[in-house]
Parts: sequence; C-alpha cells; structure tokens
Amino acid sequence: MTATIEDRIKSDITANRVMLYMKGTALFPQCGFSARVVQILSHMNVPFQTANVLEDAELRDGIKQFSSWPTIPQLYVDGEFVGGCDIITEMFQSGELEGLFAEKGVSAAG
Amino acid sequence: MVEISPSRADRLTAILTAGFAPSYLAIVDDSAKHAHHAGARDGGQTHYSVTIVSASFAGQNRVARHRAVNAALAGEFATGLHALALVARTPEESARSPDQPTT
Repeated sequence: MTATIEDRIKSDITANRVMLYMKGTALFPQCGFSARVVQILSHMNVPFQTANVLEDAELRDGIKQFSSWPTIPQLYVDGEFVGGCDIITEMFQSGELEGLFAEKGVSAAG
Repeated sequence: MVEISPSRADRLTAILTAGFAPSYLAIVDDSAKHAHHAGARDGGQTHYSVTIVSASFAGQNRVARHRAVNAALAGEFATGLHALALVARTPEESARSPDQPTT
C-alpha cells in the first residue's frame, strides 16, 4: 500500500464520520453485499459517504491492507473499522448498530 | 508434492476444524448464486457461507473473530476464494440465538 493511499483512507475516515468502502455507489451498488450495507444505513437514516473501490485498483487493495480485512464492503465510524457486511447485518438485527450510532452521536440525516 | 484436496469446501472444513475445534460448523457453497459477476470464476468455489460455533471466540468481538477466521483461510483467499459470509458465535451465544442462519 502506498503512503498516498494510506493518507487518502485516513483522511476519508476522519473527514466522514460514517464512511463506507464499497463496490459501486450508494445509488448503484455493484455487489449484493455492498448493497445490503447501503440499504441498512439508508434505512437508519444515517448520513454516510461512500468510496467506490471498483474505480481505483490501488484503493481496493489498499483498504484491504489498511484494516487487515480481505473483503469489501468495509464500514468505518469515527475513523474506526466496524465491520463488513455480515457484522453490520448482525449488528443491525441485534440493535447494536443503532446503539453505536447513538453512542457516537451520529445524527439522523435531516 | 503437497496433496491438494479438489474441493474448497473440504479444505475449509479441514482448516476450520483444525483451527477452531468448532462445536458446530456449516459450510454452504453459494458460488452458483454469484455466477457471471465479479469475483466468480469458471468452476465456482468462490463464494461460501460459513456458520461456525466455537468456544475459542469467547472474549473476542466480531471483528476479531472474523479476522481469526480470515487469517486461517488466507491461503484460500489467495487461491480464488472471493467472498465468505460468516457467522461466528460461541456455544453460549448460539444457545441464546436459535435464529442463526443454517443450511
């Protein structure tokens, strides 16, 4: 992973309280797993930013190394890696995700 | 020469059994559902769902559990395993959540 990519990721996850690395965009997800996380975040009405790893091979590799996590999507809240699709789904179903956003004070989109 | 099992599911079973001594392990090959899209390959064996119940997950959060499984399967990811849907629980959690996805 180049320093440039690492800097970009750090800057992204710092500037955006809820940051999702995914395949495709929030409007046009190109992978079912990414789509599911977008759906959950949208349902919870939480503002989030996305980065499309399909547009940037370096980012796609870099984000995997950044969190030692082999798959996409990856969700970050306040700079911290929370999980991939399965973890986010489980946390949503158990109410933990709502608790995390409440605890962090990530407000619902206006 | 190292003998390589022809089926990835067999290898996943062997690796996870050796690494985590699971009390429950279910591996489903979902590759057919993902045919013809990114990450799929001819011959399949790219997409799997794994439910694993192991006492070794006690005291670990979800990310740590997934990392442990992913680390154990690094060789499989390097050879074409593309996506792993994973549910990792301890026996106690599993008993509390009878709704866990199974085969």
